[in-house]
Amino acid sequence: MTLQGWTFLFVGLTFGLYLAIAWWSRVRDTGGFYVAGRGVPAAANGMATASDWMSAASFISMAGLIATMGYAGGVYLMGWTGGYVLLALLLAPALRKFGHFTVPDFVGDRYESNLARLVAVVCALFVSFTYVAGQMRGVGVVFSRFLEVDIDVGVGIGVAIVFVYATLGGMKGITWTQVAQYWVLITAFLIPAIAISIRLTGEPLPQLGLGAELLAADGTASGVFLLDKLDSITQELGFSRYTEAFTGPWDRTNVLLVALALMLGTAGLPHVIVRFYTVKNVKAARWSGFWAILFIALLYLTAPATAAFARTFMIESLNGRTAEQLPSWYENWSKTGLIAWVDDGDGVIRYSAGEDNEIFRMGTMNPAEFAERIASHQRWIDTRGAEGVDARIGLRDQGLSGPDRDIIVLATPEMAELANWIVALVAAGGLAAALSTASGLLLVVSSSVAHDLYYRVLKPEATEAQRLRIGRGTIGVAVVVAGLFGIYPPGYVSQVVAFAFGLAASSFFPVLVLGIFSKRVGTLPAVCGMVAGLGFTAFYIVGTVFFGMERWTFGLFPNGINPQGIGVFGAALNFAITLGLTPLCRPPSESVRRLVDAVREPEGAGAAVAIETAPDH
Amino acid sequence: MSSDPRITATDRHEAEHACLRRYWRTNLAVVAVLLAIWAFVGLGCGVLLADRLNEFRLPGTGYPLGFWFAQQGSIATFVLIVLAYCLIMNRVDRRHHDELARLRAGTPASESSSR
Repeated sequence: MTLQGWTFLFVGLTFGLYLAIAWWSRVRDTGGFYVAGRGVPAAANGMATASDWMSAASFISMAGLIATMGYAGGVYLMGWTGGYVLLALLLAPALRKFGHFTVPDFVGDRYESNLARLVAVVCALFVSFTYVAGQMRGVGVVFSRFLEVDIDVGVGIGVAIVFVYATLGGMKGITWTQVAQYWVLITAFLIPAIAISIRLTGEPLPQLGLGAELLAADGTASGVFLLDKLDSITQELGFSRYTEAFTGPWDRTNVLLVALALMLGTAGLPHVIVRFYTVKNVKAARWSGFWAILFIALLYLTAPATAAFARTFMIESLNGRTAEQLPSWYENWSKTGLIAWVDDGDGVIRYSAGEDNEIFRMGTMNPAEFAERIASHQRWIDTRGAEGVDARIGLRDQGLSGPDRDIIVLATPEMAELANWIVALVAAGGLAAALSTASGLLLVVSSSVAHDLYYRVLKPEATEAQRLRIGRGTIGVAVVVAGLFGIYPPGYVSQVVAFAFGLAASSFFPVLVLGIFSKRVGTLPAVCGMVAGLGFTAFYIVGTVFFGMERWTFGLFPNGINPQGIGVFGAALNFAITLGLTPLCRPPSESVRRLVDAVREPEGAGAAVAIETAPDH
Repeated sequence: MSSDPRITATDRHEAEHACLRRYWRTNLAVVAVLLAIWAFVGLGCGVLLADRLNEFRLPGTGYPLGFWFAQQGSIATFVLIVLAYCLIMNRVDRRHHDELARLRAGTPASESSSR
């Protein structure tokens, strides 16, 4: 069967499965809609959390980032999983015990302020929409390469599927679909990694393969470690050595700051926190935290191996080849603009870090403009420089050297010449990763608007039916908006994602931690801290990314602070202001102190939920 | 606050409160120890010491040690940290549950509030 046939089969089967689950788990009340009736078993919730967590960025882009960055790519691995530890230890049990629907709900009740609630709603919406935009782009990439349909049609199909199961089943539908999506995505990630590991090193476990010796052509151990080989070829071509720590802008300070900012930001991501509301009790919340990180680690421990395998294949199958020797995967992927060979006229590919590099990508450029540049370059070659323009210089100046990182996971099975069905499986996996995260985020958007904004602020007397209708309506609108993001992707998705983590780190993380671990912190300090942390972080990121502001060095860091790492300072500022103002301000009321006691008390989950309905308590 | 005039009820309330405070202190200690390990392995071995650890190899493999911590070791450690937290705290919860149950079953208030 052809690759396209296999892809249609897998994508069709998985989409059918998601729809079937949605029909089976449709719900009728807000409890089911937002938190799946709180009856999801811990291991299933762990799987759902894992697939909610692992977005198109984890599945498609992360291995590509690691392949490009080498050692420094570890910041994403450590940042995202390390943040999960903070979440599981510091926040999850207490937030489960609190037992409301959303994160802004906790902020609003704990700090007795609708202003705090509103700030939290705005943060939740911003973080969620930023993320969703990235997911939809992932859906578009997969559709355009594997199914050869128009990106717009692809995104439209994805939107329709999410729309059906999110509005029909709410959190319950989403949870059980995510469980199915976890299996699809993890299988799709592990099978190619295992196959390539066996081919390169003879080790079935990719984690062992990454540290093992390469196989020689006759199938015996060659005596050369894969990583040593990779170090030497990257160095030869002028890149930094693959495993070397702290190269270029990724100095010790920035690696530390970015890793820490991702950790703090991850712990404040609203769509992951709400997952802990869906289990029975505090004990189950802890177990589901463990299952989730175990399931996440399966992919995160494999991604570095995929990255190193792909980098090796990429260099070896391109560098020094001529037009006749181009591998077939290059032909397929150059159509998407994720990789492009711009020759200097000698007919031999050079993929290096220097000025002689001939491998580029389209990036976020308009496809027509890119095609025009390539055509002009061809004239330049044909006329030996008399007409046309050397496209390499412009592309290099725009930072478009090297292949797009999204190609790594999606094209690696083709690079390794694996069977068509494995390649097709990866396409289904990429879609599962994107759709599962998108649906989780859309639910946050819906609950933020329908629950926190409409019910808690605008119209507290709303009936159950009205709230459910508003919830479904918002999710419908949000899906469509997300779809528009996918069809007209904002050119700055990757920068904005850094923004999302920075904002979550500097706003949510400190208020949540202090809300649980301190009874003394009151409304005013918390709101001031949140606004200051948020404002500071937003100022630095917007300034450096969009307005060309110089990176700050504080006279200590010669390379300046990476905007992805500024969230650490934002969070520190938030903590400092909140704790500094606390002794000067009124302590919170007796009922808030009782609330904090109640979330710390592991007994009687469920009783704490009733606190709002018992005003005399 | 409880409006119950009987002393035993107030005492029991106090005792339950003390019980929760003990539980919370245990929780803080467990979290502090686990986060110290988290910081040492993740931020210490994976980042701050990575270049020095890279001079060594994980025995029997081609992994430079700092690189291994950044891309494998830290993640595996994080999984174990969450597992340890889960096992320890669920046990502490059970003890706390028993203690509360004894209080509520009417163990003399003086005995439990004397701590």
